[in-house]
Amino acid sequence: MLRIHYADYEALRTHGEETYPNECCGVLLGKNIADEGNGAEAVNHVQQIVRAGNTRTDSAHNRYNIAPQELVKIQRQARGLGLDIVGFYHSHPDHPAQWSKTDFAEAHWLGCSYVITSVEQGKAALTNSFLLSGTTEEDKTFEDEPIQIDIAPNVAEAAAQTQKGQA
Amino acid sequence: MNIHIPTPLRAYTGGLETVSVAGTTVSSVFQQLTVQYPELKPHLFTPEGKLRSFVNVYLNDDDIRYLPNKEETAANDSDELTIIPSIAGGTSCRL
Ligand SMILES: [Zn+2]
Repeated sequence: MLRIHYADYEALRTHGEETYPNECCGVLLGKNIADEGNGAEAVNHVQQIVRAGNTRTDSAHNRYNIAPQELVKIQRQARGLGLDIVGFYHSHPDHPAQWSKTDFAEAHWLGCSYVITSVEQGKAALTNSFLLSGTTEEDKTFEDEPIQIDIAPNVAEAAAQTQKGQA
Repeated sequence: MNIHIPTPLRAYTGGLETVSVAGTTVSSVFQQLTVQYPELKPHLFTPEGKLRSFVNVYLNDDDIRYLPNKEETAANDSDELTIIPSIAGGTSCRL
């Protein structure tokens, strides 16, 4: 399961609207709460999101890539905050919020969450999360995972408004 | 020197984000790393012993693939090595 604050959830969706018609991408920092065999599923708990630049300027409308140099910096930043990289997000401009063959082939962070937002005509539509499970490149799979959005009491009302707008 | 391990590979370093390994070149550090944590090896290298294409390795702020001496670059104890798998994808339906 992916657990994320409402503000971060909205921010990653907004990022996709801002970069439309190109894909946006970013990194989810937080903590992985492992499945401890007590029946509770593993949780990637997001504490902060970091926007990244899409290096695929040649084909930014249907490809994304985060420069490894930028990832090194983000990983360093995470370490400084006592957090880990627990996932990534990107957008699908005018495509469903479903992983593509390319997304799967190029996903290598086992145990991390890959969040995809479909952006239709410039508006963020669906957001889905997929857990890259498995232990090796050979047996990896993307699993649908639920997203739990934490809403602080003071923004609950605003959230209700936005949700109405999206329906 | 310190080596920073990405989240998915910490399963093979006992959960550690940073491990310390001795060595005078990048390749000798890697050699020592896989001796200390043998389960890491197949995740970093192909069966032929080449670094997997999606695994990026940075010596401080430099990608070792672009260093003149690549894996044979000299390394000091004060240097930092970061292992970082790539992040990419796309909606491209024409795969
Ligand atoms: Zn995608």
